[in-house]
Amino acid sequence: MIATPRRKDSLLIIVPAFNEEAAVGRVVKEIHEAAPGVPVVVVDDCSKDGTANVAAAARARVMRLPFHLGLGGAVQAGYRLAFELGFDFVIRIDGDGQHDPAYIPKIYEALRTSGCEMAIGSRFEDGPVKHSSFTRGVGIRFFRMVLRPILGKPVHDPTSGFVGVNRAALQVFSGSFPLEYPEIETLVVLQRKAFRFVEVPCRMRERMGGRSSITAVKSLYYIFHVLMGVFVNVLKYEGRRKRTPAARAST
Amino acid sequence: MQGLLNFLTGLSLALILIVLVSVRRSHTRVEYSVSWLGAALTLLVLSRCRWLLNWLASAIGIDSPPMALLTLVGCLFLLVLFRLSVILSALRDANIALTQRIAILEYQLESVHEESKSKS
Repeated sequence: MIATPRRKDSLLIIVPAFNEEAAVGRVVKEIHEAAPGVPVVVVDDCSKDGTANVAAAARARVMRLPFHLGLGGAVQAGYRLAFELGFDFVIRIDGDGQHDPAYIPKIYEALRTSGCEMAIGSRFEDGPVKHSSFTRGVGIRFFRMVLRPILGKPVHDPTSGFVGVNRAALQVFSGSFPLEYPEIETLVVLQRKAFRFVEVPCRMRERMGGRSSITAVKSLYYIFHVLMGVFVNVLKYEGRRKRTPAARAST
Repeated sequence: MQGLLNFLTGLSLALILIVLVSVRRSHTRVEYSVSWLGAALTLLVLSRCRWLLNWLASAIGIDSPPMALLTLVGCLFLLVLFRLSVILSALRDANIALTQRIAILEYQLESVHEESKSKS
């Protein structure tokens, strides 16, 4: 059982997974190697394959969603669990193996020492790298341009799902979280709360198994959907405020 | 022109009938049928009440009263659809929160079972 954490700076790792039986076992094993003793919860988004069983066999705790909610719903479920259990930090790592768990300690360290509410594992922080696909490369460049004036600082890898958050951000995301393609909208939500983020150089890998849900047609839908989400969130913009007491207390 | 108005009268009567049957069979809840019935009744009254339709057409600056009626009906149905979108969004949010709550409770229940098993 993952009991309520008693020590300071407690960390929970969540792995949202949907039909990832080919990769999730190895991902969990690598997480245990990279962060020994850190609890791992796989959020099974109502997979039709053996994702939950494979994750449990790899010594992860599994939280099973009774209905398929999509990536945002699965991640938010993990955030809610972590918030209710009282964890100070949560790192999200995808179940397809694209994120290298060896970088978990770096992200955790950045969260603890930077005072930022979010740490993003960035594949571009150390310079340009080859994109996994042409459309993804175009999308990342496009959203970098869109986000630059909104965030007031450059973000190199806005589509990265390899992120860590502290308790202040957890509280916000437990209440409200973008459902589809949450990564970019999340940055705008953070900005609205006057929270800050830091990017940590990370290596990304090819998927270990399964298939990406993003097809060529879905890429266009993705761009439109995320763009709408960004602008709707900007419309809600309440002005830059002083950092909240919760945010200050967490750092 | 009269043919179009008769058609719209028939359409509104059919819509009222469908909504009432649907409510009677509990396929639609009363609170969600109100906006459809309101739109259908407006369509029925305007398609039968010529002086009201003429006044309305001149008020919104459309020469042809049936075209004015169609425009108005289109706007009414758009409002109904928007209201349903709002309801649907609220239901989806509730559904997601409920699904997550069930998953978290099941997770905690499982944890408690395992803990008591390991103690005994």
